[in-house]
Amino acid sequence: MDFSEYSIETLRSRLSNGEARARFVVESSLDSAEKLNETLNAFLQIDRAGALARADEIDSSKNLRNAPLAGVPVAIKDNICVRGLQASCGSRILGPYHPPYSATAIERLQKAGAVIIGKTNCDEFAMGSSNENSAFGAVKNPWDTARVPGGSSGGSAAAVAAGIVPAALGSETGGSVRQPASLCGIVGFKPTYGRISRYGLVAFASSLDQIGIFGRKVSDIASVLGIVAGRDTHDATTADVPVPDYVGELAGDIKGARIGFPRELFGEGLDDEVRAAVLKTIEAYRELGAEIVEVELPHAKYCIAVYYIIATAEASSNLARYDGVRYGFRAEEAKDLKHMYRATRDEGFGAEVKRRIMLGTYVLSSGYYDAYYRKAQQVRTLIKHDFLRAFETCDAVLTPTTPTTAFLIGEKTDDPLAMYLNDIYTCTANLAGIPGINVPCALSSEGLPIGFQLLGAHWSEPTLFRLADAYERAHPFEARPRVHVASASE
Amino acid sequence: MPITESDIRKIAQLAHLEITEEELRAYTPQIAEIVTYVEQLNALDTSAVEPSTGGLTPEGERTTADRADEAQPSLGQELALDQAPDPASGHFRVPKVL
Repeated sequence: MDFSEYSIETLRSRLSNGEARARFVVESSLDSAEKLNETLNAFLQIDRAGALARADEIDSSKNLRNAPLAGVPVAIKDNICVRGLQASCGSRILGPYHPPYSATAIERLQKAGAVIIGKTNCDEFAMGSSNENSAFGAVKNPWDTARVPGGSSGGSAAAVAAGIVPAALGSETGGSVRQPASLCGIVGFKPTYGRISRYGLVAFASSLDQIGIFGRKVSDIASVLGIVAGRDTHDATTADVPVPDYVGELAGDIKGARIGFPRELFGEGLDDEVRAAVLKTIEAYRELGAEIVEVELPHAKYCIAVYYIIATAEASSNLARYDGVRYGFRAEEAKDLKHMYRATRDEGFGAEVKRRIMLGTYVLSSGYYDAYYRKAQQVRTLIKHDFLRAFETCDAVLTPTTPTTAFLIGEKTDDPLAMYLNDIYTCTANLAGIPGINVPCALSSEGLPIGFQLLGAHWSEPTLFRLADAYERAHPFEARPRVHVASASE
Repeated sequence: MPITESDIRKIAQLAHLEITEEELRAYTPQIAEIVTYVEQLNALDTSAVEPSTGGLTPEGERTTADRADEAQPSLGQELALDQAPDPASGHFRVPKVL
């Protein structure tokens, strides 16, 4: 039986009225994960035994069966800790590492009955926009396996796009959920900074990192966020802000909503087909009764420069902990401690991670701190103020998610700067700490997905979901990729 | 001032990274290009702008992270050493320091 078109709500009602059993749903998800992984390389670990045991537990317990996500299979990016499973972060330096604890988001998902079927491939330490930086091979885009799925959460995006799971967790530092969601034709969401606990998410750039959610439908994202969001004493950056009923607030009328249109973000560097498709979504909102207001984001164009100073500076500090002493991989036969550190890091880290650690070390080094890091943090303030000002006149800003559709594997690997520019529309949200959501809206002439994103004020997730859901209802994205559960089971 | 191979060698040393001559030749122009790109920020006058450090949202900033100063259960020695590449008698063993 094919569950790949079921929303979480439909799946839950089939499970709770006894039409389907958790074991059956989870087993079919595991079967497709194993089968499609040969083509997609989306999973680094598939936990058949653990997932089936959990499914049986759910089937045999009335209490568990009524939990809000009971029996819903999910996939987790391999930089989020799940006790009992590996956490490689797509890197060799973590070696055989199995974390002794689970992330808070994972504990909340599991308590709600979700069943983790496996850990997904990603760019090493979430650094990348194409998933080609994984030490365990690139993930393939289900729409065209010669192309990248985007990154860094490419495995989670591909798993949802191919119909293996209805939802997956990823992580965002500069767009690593929204960007692959756009290239894979699914919904991808990054919350307000402090909305989801980062406890158990392996740190990359702590002032930017957030766990994000992938789904095929906006309502599925809302269901999952309602479970994982909220204050956590293990993460001091989570904010004490009540968690609303995200699902309950959907399906509202959006007449009179104000959509911000930042004209300057639709200029140079944006692919013509992507521009046309995203401009069409603005018309669609007008037809749904929204008012379109022009907004200005004069500092948005500096976001990549700001991002690559702050993210690399924080990464160089966060990744200092990988030294071969307490966990993970250690290089053999070093003559003393210093050489052990160096050889471990040399053999353990890949090229992009080393490049970013060096860049971060440089911008933080003595004599350069004010010129780079402090300067970047000041421009970050300007970017944030641009958005706060825009949100005085609109409920959400609408932009493209990515400058192009999915590019070819290998196309940008020799040019790091060209790769970084993929995040030009997404990394503003991480810098400003605001939420954003990618919604698929069209296929290009080559048959590749195009998405648009909505960005909202801090804690405006209910508004973003309502706006995204209204578009989705009026213009459902029904195309499915070539590599998909439905075609694999024929 | 453009970044040179000797700058990169020094940065790698600071970051405890070993890099080969080949890597040095590849990284130097790439990092130089990125640094030139980020220097576009110099065009902005930010003398009157506060840097964004601390909480990103007012609500986050207001949330207190204080708790009572009481001992809480922690991993424990066995679990903490469980993933170590070379544990020995309850310690992390490393190659000689001097």
